[in-house]
Amino acid sequence: MAADTPDAIVLDKVNKWFGQLHVLRDVSMTVAHKEKVVVCGPSGSGKSTLIRCINRLETHQEGRILVDGTELTDDTRALDTIRSEVGMVFQSFNLFPHLTILENCTLAPIWVRKMPKAEAEAVAMEFLTRVKIPEQALKYPGQLSGGQQQRVAIARALCMRPKIMLFDEPTSALDPEMIKEVLDTMISLAEDGMTMVVVTHEMGFARQVADRVMFMDEGEVVESGTPTRMFEDPQTDRLKLFLSQILRGH
Amino acid sequence: MSTATTTHTPVARRDQPPMLVAGPVAWARANLFGSIWSSLVTLALAYFLIKSAVSFIDWAFLKSVWTVPMDPATGKLDPETCRAAKGTGACWAVIWDKYRFILFGRYPFDEQWRAAIVIVLFLGLFVVSAMRRFWRKELALIWIATLSAIGLLMWGGVFGLKYVPQDEWGGLPITLILSTFGLAFAFPIAVLVALGRRSTKLPAVKLLCVVYIEVIRGVPLISVLFMASVMFPLFMPIGLNPDKLLRAQVAIILFAAVYLAEVIRGGLQALPKGQYEAADALGLSYWKKTFLIILPQALRLVIPPLVNTFIGFFKDTSLVLIIGIFDLLTSGKVAVTDPIWQAFSTEVYIMLGLIYFCFCFSMARYSRGLENEFSKSARR
Repeated sequence: MAADTPDAIVLDKVNKWFGQLHVLRDVSMTVAHKEKVVVCGPSGSGKSTLIRCINRLETHQEGRILVDGTELTDDTRALDTIRSEVGMVFQSFNLFPHLTILENCTLAPIWVRKMPKAEAEAVAMEFLTRVKIPEQALKYPGQLSGGQQQRVAIARALCMRPKIMLFDEPTSALDPEMIKEVLDTMISLAEDGMTMVVVTHEMGFARQVADRVMFMDEGEVVESGTPTRMFEDPQTDRLKLFLSQILRGH
Repeated sequence: MSTATTTHTPVARRDQPPMLVAGPVAWARANLFGSIWSSLVTLALAYFLIKSAVSFIDWAFLKSVWTVPMDPATGKLDPETCRAAKGTGACWAVIWDKYRFILFGRYPFDEQWRAAIVIVLFLGLFVVSAMRRFWRKELALIWIATLSAIGLLMWGGVFGLKYVPQDEWGGLPITLILSTFGLAFAFPIAVLVALGRRSTKLPAVKLLCVVYIEVIRGVPLISVLFMASVMFPLFMPIGLNPDKLLRAQVAIILFAAVYLAEVIRGGLQALPKGQYEAADALGLSYWKKTFLIILPQALRLVIPPLVNTFIGFFKDTSLVLIIGIFDLLTSGKVAVTDPIWQAFSTEVYIMLGLIYFCFCFSMARYSRGLENEFSKSARR
């Protein structure tokens, strides 16, 4: 089994349109288990759409997407299984404001995994400790800072013990002083061997963590490679332009 | 006074604004006497307010007649003192004489204690349901038990209770039955219809919900009640004819469900898309997502319009008057057809208004309390 384990994520010539707008053009990629991929590109390049297709928050119209060997189709049962194994962290945290931090973390394990409540709470406390906010467990999301909320969101996803974690611009909505605490959490997750696909503009994070960086523009993958190669020896004009723009911004 | 405080605490930091900026005097100055015109309007309104309050108190309490003597010859009440006071004082004797008829309608006089217990049971049910610590699964059992007990008391026919046919029910119990059953059944229907209307994957269900909402919303409640009472029996096979109260009840349920559904839909639409996506991303199925994440938040958002609709329908149950069901308003109206009291309908309507007001105002106060509590627990 171990030898022929399918890749974590396989995209094969994926195409997607929003109405007339062609947002993903023949995107193909393979993410191996334990691999960390950073997707970057200018806004509107389709990188968020791409990552949202991987757990079918968006549906693609052409091509195939396989997650852990299972193809994404309209079969909702299979979809719920895939989703429970793929954790997602959003730009705007999307914690459930009517539930406490602890309840946010235990909800899916209890209702999807059928875990007993006590066990789910123990697991949740374990992950909240990992993201360094166990003392906030009984508060509501609205009482936490943005950085704390995003760390809770990461803990909430981890409580499902996912095989893959998707991050959709996890630090873009945060104040500068809170970005580091979230990135540190993600770095420690990467060090533990989690398979990660991260959409981000944090190039320092990409350098430190990514096995591979994918640069997207206008719905297609323009260039990809190791972070060192990508940042120090960009091949295409579009990537050169993008890098010069974000480096100026920092 | 402020100088005294500053000498005690030399730090130039004051925790309270000075009287002239905050206190009631400042409030009155800013809001009631801000300019000459504002002062004039304030004074004029105050004059009319006080004058009408004084004359109402005079009419209702000072010059009013509370009881009238019995005419020994006929054994009936003699409203002569009331007639004399007509125009200057209220005649509360009519309420004293008729309150049981107003509250219980034509329910047999000797059995009216049963209807009274029913009212108490309803009130107890409302109070218990209003308390958050009773919001558990057991509450459903309490409802079933209480409503069964209410049915048992109203109908009788067992445990030595005399059987009372539905035609003889009346007054406040009818109003409470129509509104409680109406809203209790309409609410779950409304949730399903609102969800159905927003369904993207089931176009047939969506169409059905839209048609249901638009058709019912397009006709007045009165015509729906007429249809239920007059037309519906024409289409039913002979012998299978549910009684008038049940038909009116179903009409009210179907009608209220539409309005509640639209209110709930508003809440569903107000929720950020991220909440749906986060629930999806965790692998929650549609129903789990809906009942654990979406509805708890959507319903909190629409507490004010929801309660508004509740209050509206509580009062709208009085429209069953036109199909001859003896609710609170009907029995009040019939009470003043008594030749002795014909001239004193104002007093009866004031009492009816007070009863309706007590229920509606409690609902309004309760919803405000609920809103505050939720906004405290889930600050954003």
